[in-house]
Amino acid sequence: MSTSIQNISLSGRKKEVSNKEMTFMESLYLVAIVKGLMITIKHFFRKKVTIHYPEQTREMSPVYRGRHMLKRDEQGRENCTACGLCALSCPAEAITMKAAERKKGEEHLYREEKYAEIYEINMLRCIFCGLCEEACPKDAIYLTVSKELVPANYDREDFIFGKDKLVMPLEMAIANSKSVN
Amino acid sequence: MLDSTFFIEKGIIILVVFAVTMLFAMYSTWAERKVAAFLQDRVGPNRAGFGGLLQPLADGLKLFSKEEFFPNTPNRFLFIVGPAIAMSTALMTSAVLPWGDKLVIFGKEVILQATDIDVALLYVFGVISVGVYGIMIGGWASNNKFSLMGAVRASSQMISYEVAMGLSIIALLMMTGTLSLKEISMQQSEWRWNVLYQPVSFLIFLICAFAETNRTPFDLAECESELIGGYHTEYSSMKMGFYLFAEYANMFISSAILAILFFGGYNYPGMQWMTENVGVNAANVLGIIALLIKICCFIFFYMWVRWTIPRFRYDQLMNLGWRILIPLAIINIMITGVCILAFK
Ligand code: SF4
Ligand code: SF4
Repeated sequence: MSTSIQNISLSGRKKEVSNKEMTFMESLYLVAIVKGLMITIKHFFRKKVTIHYPEQTREMSPVYRGRHMLKRDEQGRENCTACGLCALSCPAEAITMKAAERKKGEEHLYREEKYAEIYEINMLRCIFCGLCEEACPKDAIYLTVSKELVPANYDREDFIFGKDKLVMPLEMAIANSKSVN
Repeated sequence: MLDSTFFIEKGIIILVVFAVTMLFAMYSTWAERKVAAFLQDRVGPNRAGFGGLLQPLADGLKLFSKEEFFPNTPNRFLFIVGPAIAMSTALMTSAVLPWGDKLVIFGKEVILQATDIDVALLYVFGVISVGVYGIMIGGWASNNKFSLMGAVRASSQMISYEVAMGLSIIALLMMTGTLSLKEISMQQSEWRWNVLYQPVSFLIFLICAFAETNRTPFDLAECESELIGGYHTEYSSMKMGFYLFAEYANMFISSAILAILFFGGYNYPGMQWMTENVGVNAANVLGIIALLIKICCFIFFYMWVRWTIPRFRYDQLMNLGWRILIPLAIINIMITGVCILAFK
């Protein structure tokens, strides 16, 4: 075989395009159509791949970055100390917070002396890059724990998630501490 | 014998046929989405009601509540007339379809057909060819290039395929010797279905039926990728709904005609036996059910084809119509003629 530039095929799957005239039978398209119909009808009876989302959820990989969760430690106290490093590292500028000082008698609520009174993430800005998680010195924010998607909503305001939606639920913290002990 | 019971009887039949056609058209939209989904390994609409059965109602409600949009056109009247024609022609055909032989109610024989005219088949062809005006007028009145293109394509396609359709039927008519759909149905009692004697004629008719109803692979009139929406680009709200509805009603009617002409209509094997042993009414109710099942099979086939085959190119369409189907139909007529001469 000559190795002119036209004949080289790196993948080994090169095919000559044939432009031959169709025969009469072919030009009726009937055989091809019946073949196609057989293929589609097979799919009609196949198992469907759809996941009925809110009722069923798909299995997520362990490193899947879903919506954020502000963690609690084994005693149920919030880890975050409102240092602001996550907000600083966020390329989308999605995080805002307001710090407050821990009062006496609140030691069971917050682990550090300073805590985030308000902590908000704008889910419309967030690109789920996970840099906040990497920046956090207190192991407070994780994207890989919730395994949840941010649900659709009608108003833009509803996409700004406050602490009510972000902080790990107490039951989960209790369950965690049990599994540790 | 034009007494009042006659009018009541016919009135009820017309109402029922109208309602059934509408119901089928409505649920065809649901079925289309379900079939499309199933053929693509999905599940389709399943939120509105059980299995998405309320979806057509929701769709209708949505269409009603949409804005009535009028394009900047000097032909506002024609713009409204277009969908009206499409819809009425789609529904008019059902007047001559025989749904069963007869029922005996209060000792009176009721023919299950709105009207049994002896040129029923010609009437059907006549009405179908008027249907193209709905599309043509709508597309022209839209004052939009895409709509006009779609309308021109639709009309040239329908006119070309009507020729082949008519020719394919002639072979059938030579066999049956009548244009009345009722008699054609009766001749096919038990297993003497026409498709067994005229397979080529059936095939040509089927292909032409696809073209006449503007369904894929012949939906050049409304191909989204080239013409946005084709002739109904400018339509919104219920006027749009009428066009869509007319398409599905057409599909129902042409399925019915296919079933009646080639697949025995309301006949099913054992109908004679049923009539003699169980009763006329039971036999005929079963007959109506048989016809509806046949129609459903054809509707499914329409959808199955739609979600399998890509659209034809325009030159392929014209080639197929003029250079293949018409000669084939003519050859079929000649062979039929020879056979009739030889065997009779
Ligand atoms: S995941 Fe990325 S974008 Fe989202 S809040 Fe964290 S740092 Fe910002
Ligand atoms: S989440 Fe972490 S990085 Fe962000 S403010 Fe709290 S402690 Fe600092």
